[in-house]
Amino acid sequence: MPAASTETTILDYLKEVEDPEIPVLNVVEMGIVRSVELEEDRVVVRITPTYSGCPAMNAIEQAIRLKLVEKGFTNHQVRTDYTHAWTSDWITDEAREKLRNYGIAPPDERSIEGRFTELDEKVIACPYCNSIETRLESKFGSTACKAQFFCEGCRQPFEHFKCI
Amino acid sequence: MQHLEHSKADTSKPFFEYLLRLGDDRLILGHRMSEWCGYGPQLEEDLAMANIALDLIGQAKALLEYAGEVEGEGRSEDDLAYFRDDIDFRNLQLAEQPNGDFGFTIARQFLFSTFNELLLERLQDHPDRQLAGIASKSLKETRYHVRHSRDWVLRLGDGTDESNQRIQQAFDDLWMYTAELFYMDEVDEILIKDGKVPDLKELQPEWNERVNQTLKEATLQRPDDDQYMATGGRVGFHQEELGYLLMEMQFLRRSHPEAEW
Repeated sequence: MPAASTETTILDYLKEVEDPEIPVLNVVEMGIVRSVELEEDRVVVRITPTYSGCPAMNAIEQAIRLKLVEKGFTNHQVRTDYTHAWTSDWITDEAREKLRNYGIAPPDERSIEGRFTELDEKVIACPYCNSIETRLESKFGSTACKAQFFCEGCRQPFEHFKCI
Repeated sequence: MQHLEHSKADTSKPFFEYLLRLGDDRLILGHRMSEWCGYGPQLEEDLAMANIALDLIGQAKALLEYAGEVEGEGRSEDDLAYFRDDIDFRNLQLAEQPNGDFGFTIARQFLFSTFNELLLERLQDHPDRQLAGIASKSLKETRYHVRHSRDWVLRLGDGTDESNQRIQQAFDDLWMYTAELFYMDEVDEILIKDGKVPDLKELQPEWNERVNQTLKEATLQRPDDDQYMATGGRVGFHQEELGYLLMEMQFLRRSHPEAEW
């Protein structure tokens, strides 16, 4: 292990790992990396899936391992942690802005007592033209975490990252 | 200490069995949903059903992985999914019913998801943190499954004569598998006594109310409860169709048991 490594410096390295499905975000700002701990000379990273069946989890785990090795942490372990369910609340404001610029309408609210407004009762602004003349096409999109919308303003389909 | 060890030994076997039941429901229903992939009536529905399948299979993975840990004999989630025969599966017969038409798949999903939401709401407060975490994660996904299938029940029921008649037929045909949702035996009894799992009888009135409400709104008739009700899935009695499903699901893994990819 490189000298003077701390949990914070390792966490910073992990910010270089992109989310494979939304490469504009890294796995830390997505809230997938839950903690980094040093156990003697071993690094333990805990990750949690956004959705139970997220098919990107293996790729994410692999990418984290590669990054750790690249930075000299050969003795490491990546554990999947199910004890706290992932929530879109963990996506930072900065990351939400990045999502919008990337063309995905970000989660538009934070939960109140664990609940959100129902998707079909929401007005989601188009990430391309900002119009609110949009309609929900399907609660499910190209990945489990997104829903499909259509914008009447610019006549384009777009995706919305769901609040869960 | 003596007492603690004793009670742990007493509940690990039923707890393993309980996790297996939860996991198998989701694995088998998830596999059924995945059979729609590429065959959905429209692109959005194809994606929706693939997403629901993925959620269910993901939930099964977490539950079966944990079941393997609780059992303590070194079986992984893949060992449990691919190397058991139909008689060792503990899923509801409802979950294994072949897809039929789109309405049948939707009706099956609606009946299961409505039950699942109620169950997970209780399991998310389970004293076991691992199970509670899996439940609270699954609950968020399940709420989407409920709304998706409910929307379609309303649209098909209150749609054309043909769509109404076909989804009514689906509910009629599936009804005999609904009593098993609330099936309990000594596995549940031991765990209920331990304060660990919900008494399914307590979920039934709420399930009835939600299902009745949706059927009514969809202008559908609730089938008669006074008919033959199938049970047995929880102790390994299944219909022939499960065998074909497992053959499809397990074939590759069993042909190459040592393969890694």
